[in-house]
Amino acid sequence: MGDHSHGSPQESGTVAKAQDDSLDKIQDPGLPPHRARLTDTDPRAAKRAERQVAILFAISMIGTVLFFVGYFAVGHPESIAEIRLQNMLLGSGTAFAMLGIGVGIVHWARTLMPDHEIAESRHEVRTEEGRQEAEEIVNTIVDESGISRRPLIRNSLIGALALAPLPGIVILRDLDLTKASASEIVDRLRHTMWDKGVRLTRDPSGTPIKASDVQIGSAFHVIPDGLNETEDPLNEKAKAVVLLMRLNPEDLNVSPEREDWHHDGIVAYSKICTHVGCPVALYEQHTHHLLCPCHQSTFDLTQECEVIFGPAAHALPQLPITVDADGFLVAQSDFHEPVGPGYWERP
Amino acid sequence: MTTDTVYQPKTKTGRIADFVDQRTGASGMVKEFGRKIFPDHWSFMFGEVALYTFVILLISGTFLTLFFDPSMAHTTYDGSYNPLKGIGMSVAYHTSLDISFDVRGGLFMRQVHHWSALLFVASVSVHMLRVFFTGAFRKPRELNWVVGSTLLVLAMAAGFTGYSLPDDLLSGNGLRIIDGIIKAIPVVGTYISAFLFGGEFPGTAIIGRLYMLHIMLVPALILLMVAVHLFMVVVHKHTQWSGPGRTEENVVGFPVGPVYAAKAGGFFFIVFGVVAAISAFFTINPIWNYGPYDPSPVSAGTQPDWYIGWADGALRLMPGQLWDFSFDWIIPFPWGDNLLAMGVLVPAVVLVALLGGMFVWPWVERWITKDDREHHLLDRPRNAPFRTAVGVAGVVFYCVLWAAASSDLIATHFHVALNDVTYWLRALFFLGPILGFIIARRIALALQRKDRDIVLHGREAGIIEMSPEGAFTERHEQVDEYKLYKLTAFESPEVLPAQADRAGHVTRSEKLRGSVSKFFFEDRVAPVTKSELEEARSHHGHHAVEGHDDKELEQ
Repeated sequence: MGDHSHGSPQESGTVAKAQDDSLDKIQDPGLPPHRARLTDTDPRAAKRAERQVAILFAISMIGTVLFFVGYFAVGHPESIAEIRLQNMLLGSGTAFAMLGIGVGIVHWARTLMPDHEIAESRHEVRTEEGRQEAEEIVNTIVDESGISRRPLIRNSLIGALALAPLPGIVILRDLDLTKASASEIVDRLRHTMWDKGVRLTRDPSGTPIKASDVQIGSAFHVIPDGLNETEDPLNEKAKAVVLLMRLNPEDLNVSPEREDWHHDGIVAYSKICTHVGCPVALYEQHTHHLLCPCHQSTFDLTQECEVIFGPAAHALPQLPITVDADGFLVAQSDFHEPVGPGYWERP
Repeated sequence: MTTDTVYQPKTKTGRIADFVDQRTGASGMVKEFGRKIFPDHWSFMFGEVALYTFVILLISGTFLTLFFDPSMAHTTYDGSYNPLKGIGMSVAYHTSLDISFDVRGGLFMRQVHHWSALLFVASVSVHMLRVFFTGAFRKPRELNWVVGSTLLVLAMAAGFTGYSLPDDLLSGNGLRIIDGIIKAIPVVGTYISAFLFGGEFPGTAIIGRLYMLHIMLVPALILLMVAVHLFMVVVHKHTQWSGPGRTEENVVGFPVGPVYAAKAGGFFFIVFGVVAAISAFFTINPIWNYGPYDPSPVSAGTQPDWYIGWADGALRLMPGQLWDFSFDWIIPFPWGDNLLAMGVLVPAVVLVALLGGMFVWPWVERWITKDDREHHLLDRPRNAPFRTAVGVAGVVFYCVLWAAASSDLIATHFHVALNDVTYWLRALFFLGPILGFIIARRIALALQRKDRDIVLHGREAGIIEMSPEGAFTERHEQVDEYKLYKLTAFESPEVLPAQADRAGHVTRSEKLRGSVSKFFFEDRVAPVTKSELEEARSHHGHHAVEGHDDKELEQ
């Protein structure tokens, strides 16, 4: 029972008992006798197995041909149906080609190669002498280098080695390709394209929205006017997307400082979930709930989008809106707080 | 090296071998590996599946790189898939569509790549479960367990980086979630996000960077770890199940050449064939249905690949707010307020803790049992009830998180409220592992008692006999000596109470170890001894086989 690896009595005299009463153990009868297979005793069975293996290899060849049929006969597919057909032919051709070989070889091994189990003894992973020698060699190396005798060299080397990798870290600073300073990196998360007078437009067409077009119960996916003309539309969109909905004004519980943020029951909220940033894409009209399909954070539109369920920890930011002279919806300003998930510098 | 040898090869093989050997010394390798013995058991196949799916990933992945362009530059689709014609998208998504529709066999290769990636992580996981539940991680294989755990993490990293490359709507939303998680990291999160994405999310850098990780760094690390892993398997030799003729000092099985090589080599083709068949008939990741990434839309019922599910589930289960208490913690510092997004950090810590527990378990078990011996014989899971119970608790915990990743689908499929599904899963998050632990341990102990019963009283023969008095009994037959040995050849660690150190103190950690040992081993079932067996057999001479006293099974 692996006794050769018992620790010395000093260091692990308390190893779990290796069944000290080993005399009382049921005896190991040794390997069971080998049972001959049909193919070992009957030459006809062996011949049959040989043919089966050959047939399996032949199936593999047919599979390869099937692949070529799929590739050349179908040619460049012109419709979804043809793509599906080609994928099926290539796939089943490959499957037969591979399974024919694989099953054939395994069948060969199981029926015709010897199935006597052989015992081999284990060798110890290490020997005591080997370890002792290694230790001596390491000691000699350390000794000859003089590193333990000359602390001045050792300490200055440690200092140099500690500093040397730092450029390797610092040089990664420009992974941020925008050349933004540290404070700009933090600061830009607070700002979106929204500003005083920026029109609310439909996503993705970019057409402006008249207040009179927004019916009670309806919802619009909104982007700021001019988004598609910016340099990085996706970056701007990732922060600026807004959901626009109209409720019965009596259903809205408006806090005093947000009295004029809505226009006659039309409210606009950031569409970026405050949990980890998925778009809050689902609006449940009759309950006035907004739901994020990624992790099911639920926000109550009537309570200024407070979290009522799920993993989000703060409300969706509201975009203050009004109408311009032509009756189109416009922003009064940017969001008053950063949109999206929380981060260290957010408060 | 002398070239002047006495050995004169007679066959053609011999001459080639001689040529190679005189220049490389390869005959030593042939001697070492040619007839090396590998034990055979179906449960040892999962590691092979992992290795083979990785090879398939390399083959299919190389093909895909020939056509894929990881650029996020804007372009307009002009390929042959009509519904997307004229739509603006990134070059990465465009070339992914081209691979699917305009390169013959490209769709097949994409399917093969994705399916074998799913299978790769699955087989690594199942392989690790096998190693865990059979105790194959014990000395001297602890370090190889660590290498294997690293491989699991790398496999998930490879999967996630690859999942993000096509730049479709689904993968873009996955990246957005990653961005949200990174931003939650205290102090440095905002900057790491900026560095990773090359500016603000999504930027134009991330796909190219993930591509580098996906096709170079991560696979190189995986290859390195696989090499170390297999090298250690050779050094340690494979574990084997205990049984007649199998001891801690030997390995019983088939030699590499020809049997094992044929079976293992053939198995590669079988795995490849199965992956090809699945790829032929089952669509995976139809990116053309999702459309290009756009930060505004997202489809309901989206799911990550299965191996990221547990992480997604952890994010879903964590409440962001409990009543009026928000898990966005505002921490006042002298320089101003900062935010700890505990709603994201707590799940991240839970995930790291579960992975960390996996890494260190061999040392935890060693600390509890103080077992410093080498183990080459595997435990049947029932014969290590404590370890089996811990493993089942871990699996249940993982599965609760996994189920949570589908909470919305569970709700719509079974017509229950989404909120209720989440509440139940939150309860199971705490209760599930405890129940799993208790139930698994009881089942393991019951199976051990059943084994004792079979050894002592024989197996049920299925023959009903009527005695002259008219009583019906079932005949029991004694099992043969091989089965007898198999059912009794196991170790059953005993409770090891806290011990005093040399100075005579019982340290606090030793006290803790003692109580954990008591908790794990107080219910142990010992293997049947020879004297017990003789006693039971003589007992049978006098009485009916049935109706034994159950108490004698208790140790």
